[in-house]
Formats: sequence, C-alpha cells, structure tokens
Amino acid sequence: MPDLGLEVLFKGTNMLRLLGGLGVALKISLIAVAISIPLGILLGSLMTWKNPVARAILRLYLETVRIMPQLVLLFLVYFGTTRWFGWNLSGELASIIVFVFWGAAEMSDLVRGALISIPRHQYESAEVLGLNKVQTYVFVIIPQTVRRLIPLSINLITRMIKTTSLILMIGVIEAMKVGQQIIEANRMSSPNAAFGIYLAVFFLYFIACWPISLLAGYLERRWKN
Amino acid sequence: MAETLLTINELVKQYGDKVILNGMNLEVHRGEVIVVVGPSGCGKSTLLRCINALEPIQGGEIRLGDEKIVYGSKNLSSIRQHIGMVFQSYDLFPHLTVIDNILLAPTKVQKRNKAEATEEAMQLLDRVGLRDKAKSYPRELSGGQKQRVAIVRALIMHPEILLFDEVTAALDPEMVREVLDVIVGLAQENKTMIIVTHEMSFAKAVADRVIFLDEGHIVEESSPDVFFEHPETERAQQFLNTFEFTPVKHPAQN
Amino acid sequence: MNWDVISEYIPLYVEAAKLTVKLGVIGIIIAILVGIVCAIISYYKVPVLKQITQVYIELSRNTPLLIQLFFIYYGLPKIGIPTNPEACGIVGLAFLGGSYMAEAFRSGLEAIEPIQEESAYSLGMNKIQTMRFVIIPQAAAISVPAFVANIIFLLKETSVFSAVSLLDLMFTAKDLIGLYYKTSEALFLLVVFYLIILLPVSVLGTLLERRLRYAGFGS
Repeated sequence: MPDLGLEVLFKGTNMLRLLGGLGVALKISLIAVAISIPLGILLGSLMTWKNPVARAILRLYLETVRIMPQLVLLFLVYFGTTRWFGWNLSGELASIIVFVFWGAAEMSDLVRGALISIPRHQYESAEVLGLNKVQTYVFVIIPQTVRRLIPLSINLITRMIKTTSLILMIGVIEAMKVGQQIIEANRMSSPNAAFGIYLAVFFLYFIACWPISLLAGYLERRWKN
Repeated sequence: MAETLLTINELVKQYGDKVILNGMNLEVHRGEVIVVVGPSGCGKSTLLRCINALEPIQGGEIRLGDEKIVYGSKNLSSIRQHIGMVFQSYDLFPHLTVIDNILLAPTKVQKRNKAEATEEAMQLLDRVGLRDKAKSYPRELSGGQKQRVAIVRALIMHPEILLFDEVTAALDPEMVREVLDVIVGLAQENKTMIIVTHEMSFAKAVADRVIFLDEGHIVEESSPDVFFEHPETERAQQFLNTFEFTPVKHPAQN
Repeated sequence: MNWDVISEYIPLYVEAAKLTVKLGVIGIIIAILVGIVCAIISYYKVPVLKQITQVYIELSRNTPLLIQLFFIYYGLPKIGIPTNPEACGIVGLAFLGGSYMAEAFRSGLEAIEPIQEESAYSLGMNKIQTMRFVIIPQAAAISVPAFVANIIFLLKETSVFSAVSLLDLMFTAKDLIGLYYKTSEALFLLVVFYLIILLPVSVLGTLLERRLRYAGFGS
C-alpha cells in the first residue's frame, strides 16, 4: 500500500481548517445566490416585457455574462476595478459581485424560459374567468412556474458552489488554499500529503454539492407532471 | 374453408399480478377480416402487441403458419416482416420524408432494389391518394394522411397479415373516413386483417367475424350481423348500448 | 490603454489561445466519446457498468474542474501515476465533460417515444438497425441544444488550466498584470481572445439549433 498522505488530514486541526476553507466558499455562494435569485426573477420578468429597448439591454447583459468564462469576469472585477477606479476590492467582495452578476443572469434566463413556457391559453382562461393581470400572475401563472423553477434554482446553488472554487485564483483563502498551506507545512513529515489533501478537498466539494443535486433531481422528477 | 394463418392457443398475458388475457384462443384464416371490440382495458391492444411479440407472454402460444412467435427470439425479425402493424398514431419516423419512411424497411431489412421498391411505394401512395406527398415530412401531414402513409409503410412489406390498433382513435372525425376507406379497400382484396376499433359502423361493414373481448376472454364471437343486431350475451348488449343515446330534449309527446 | 503594448503582446496571446483551443478540442472530443459510451450503457441498462457510470457521473458533475485538475496534477504523481500539464488538462476536461455529454445524449435517447422503437421492430428491423436508422438520428437532433451548450461550457472551463501551470490565456494575462502592471491591456486582450474563441462557436450553435427547430422534429 503506497503512502496516500491521508494521515495529514487527522493531524492537529487540519480537517477543521479545510472545512473552514470550504465554509468560506459556501458563505460566498450562499450570499451570491440569495441576491441572484430575486434579482434574476425581476430581470427575467422584465425580459418578457414588450419594451424593445429594455429587452435589448437585458439580452446584451445576458449574452455578455454567458459567453465569458467566470474566471475572466473575476479578473476584470478584481484587477480591473483597482486599475480603473482605484478601488481596492477584497477578493471576497469581488467574488460576490461577479457571482451575483453571473447568477442573476442565469436565473433571469430560467425565469424567462419558465414564463414563456406557460401556454397562452392559460393566460386566456384566466382572463375569461374575469381575473385581472395581477390576479392572473399571482393565482395562475406563477404557481405553475414555481414548480419548474425551484429545481432549477437549487441546481444554480450547486453550480455556484462549484464556481466558487475559482476564488482561489484571486487569492481568497478557501479550501484549496488551506490545502496548499497544509501540504506546504507538512512537506517533510508527509511528502505525499498532496494526494490525501486534494482527495479530501475533492470529496468536500462533492459532499457539499451532491445532496443539493439529488434534491433538485428529486423535485424535478416529482413535479414533472 | 381457407387455411389457418394465425393460431392463438391458450394465450395468457399478465402485467405483474394483473391478468390481461386469460387463456384466449383464436384461429385466423387466410383472407379473413377479424374485428376485435370491447370496453377499454379489455386487452384488445395487448392482443395485437402479443401477436407481434412486442410483449412477453406468460402462457400459451402464438403461431403464424407453422412458425411459433416467441418474444425476444432470434428469428423475430423475419417473422415480423410477414406481419404488418399500424398503431394508434404518431408512429411515422419524424426525421424521414414520407417516401423514406416507406422505403426504410424494404431497402434496409429486405434489401430490395431501391428503384423497384420506390416504384411500388409510389403506386401504393397513389392508391391512398398521397402521391404528391412523397417528399413531405410527417409534420406536414394531417393525422389522416399520416395514418394512410403508415398503412402503405406496412403494405410494402407484403405482409401475410395486417394488424390495426385503433388506427382512427386519435383522429379528428372528418379524417376517420379517409383512413377507414383504405382499410375497406384492403378487405375487398381479401387481405387477412385483425382490426381493433371503436368505430362500430365500420366494424359492421368490414368484418367477417366480430370478436367481443372482455376481462381477458372472448365473450362473444359471431358474424357482424348477428353481433350488432342480436348480441347473445348481456355484456355485449351493455357494451353496444354505450354507443347509443336516448333523446332528452324533446321527449315523445303522447 | 496603450496600443503599442497591445500589439506587442498579441503574439503571446495567440500562442496561449492556440494552447487553449488545442487542449479544449482534444478534451471535448474525448468527452463526447465518453458521453456516447455512458449514454448507451445507461440506455440499455447494462448491469454493473450502469452503476459504475452513475457513480462517475455524480462525482464528475458535483465537483469543480479546478479541484479535479489539482488532484490529477499534484495528487496522482504521489501514488506513482506520472502526469504532465497538457495531459492533465485534457484528462480533466474529458472527465468533467464526459458526464455532461452523457446527460445530453441520454436525455435525447429518452425523449424518443417507445412507439418509434416498436414501429421499427414491427417492420422487421433488428436492434442495431432500429438504433441506427430510427433512434439515433432523432436523438441526435434533440441533443443538439444541450450538446452546443456543453461545448461552450467546456471551452469556458479551460480558463482554469493555468492552475496546473499551463501557459494559457489566463496565465498570460495574470503574468502581464503581476509582473508588468499592464492591467488594462492584459484584460482587454483577455476578453478579446476569449470572444474570438467563443463567439463563433456560440453563433454556429445558435444557427444549428434554429435550423433544426425549423426542420421541426417531433409530431
């Protein structure tokens, strides 16, 4: 059995430190999701509006965010704002800004998709029953989109968590960075620590994301019909 | 009497604990048109699916001529070429044009010459009045047109027996006729057919023999005249009554 | 923004973009192959292999590429599996992309009504003929939007390659920012080069989807 470098995990507070690193990533993703979802719902509803200017602007925003790798967006906000506006954003704040920017775009697209998927006759049926616009949305349309949107929004959380791994690249101390520090500190005593630590970080992310994915999948199947 | 083409012997079909067909027997002679009627869930469609080995069976046997039809067996492909089947709806291949739908099996399965098969396909399309639709895609056709193409697709294989599974059930009323007329034409040519349908006047016109299926059994089996005018069993009477309405608006004043 | 600086650095970015595209294309091709195999295994419900496929898909979809790359690049050599940066990038992208492609193909296969298969069987076609002439052409068309989205997603994911010391676009940009403080120029070129790589794919994908939609598959 080769030395897998797993013993480092149980040395001192190493495991706790890794979990703390994951906690930073989770905190950033939860804050970003909490802001993205309501913002996305608002933007998504605006996208179904008839106003061509509003639609064009929103479309441009959506396509821009979608085509750029999130890491590029992170670089733009983190390095760019310092250079152009003299702001000295912390890595965490820059990450939250970028993830909200990105998450709201993704969410708005989901909302728009859900809204236009409701067949026209649903609006018409509500209308012939004498419901006004607001009542139509509140009692007929939105309840139908919710079942479709909840699983997709939950999925957005896992995507957000996975994306937070990128904050390492702009110097935020998260699980991976903590891992690197531990490996560095144990270079002499556990030369194979890289295997054990990175495997542990891999599974930490898996344990954070998998249950959420399962829940999303379960709800999606259950609410399909 | 003509030779026996299809033999069904003590057929048992179950889904889990639910018995669909419970030891049914049937002999179909060459050139005969059998119409199967019965309430929904009586196993009519299942019967056709078993004959074409789309479902495993739990007991009894089905033979076409001397060949036994066994679910999952190796020679199924060759037996199925002798059995044509048309489903309720939407069974044309949407990614292929009408002509390619028809030619797929003759050229790929029977390895027939494409030019020869195309010529026959065009003749058959002509017969069902769809020659000009050869290059269309299924989505461009009405439901009735699709079903006529599906019939042509089955006919070009020169099957010995044709199975029709409620082929008009999903159609708008005005399209039912054009499909049924094609089947009536086939009956006049002495094609062997088993037809599952809810169209009672059509059944009456086309059948040599009517089979009334209920709860997995053949409850009544007779000529169409006898079945529709003087059904023997109470269950058949009840069933036929479901197609009648008594007037409610203007009750007879006497 | 200094245009002289920009023109001076363009060749660096071209080299970096070439690397990104090369590794991206190879990784995506392998991911497609992995995806096809996994989709077929789960469609035919092959015992044992199906469970293995499922575990792989869950692991791959619920972990970030960056972490997968670190494990492959820094972890695996410790147990005697040698890696080099390029192979690591390709393997990582294929490991991640395989599961996404598998899901795209699987949902395409599952979208085909069973009656299509039954019609083919009742015309005397065998399993392989049915797959080849009836199921796959339809499933492929249905999978296109997810397939295109996956390709764009995977190309974007290549942006983390610099973490395993590949000299890609991000690496080049970071280098220029860190060493020479050419932030504006570096970021400008970074955005432009990603647009050059990603825009054509996105536009082609949209055109392809639109064509298929007008071809109107389905009833």
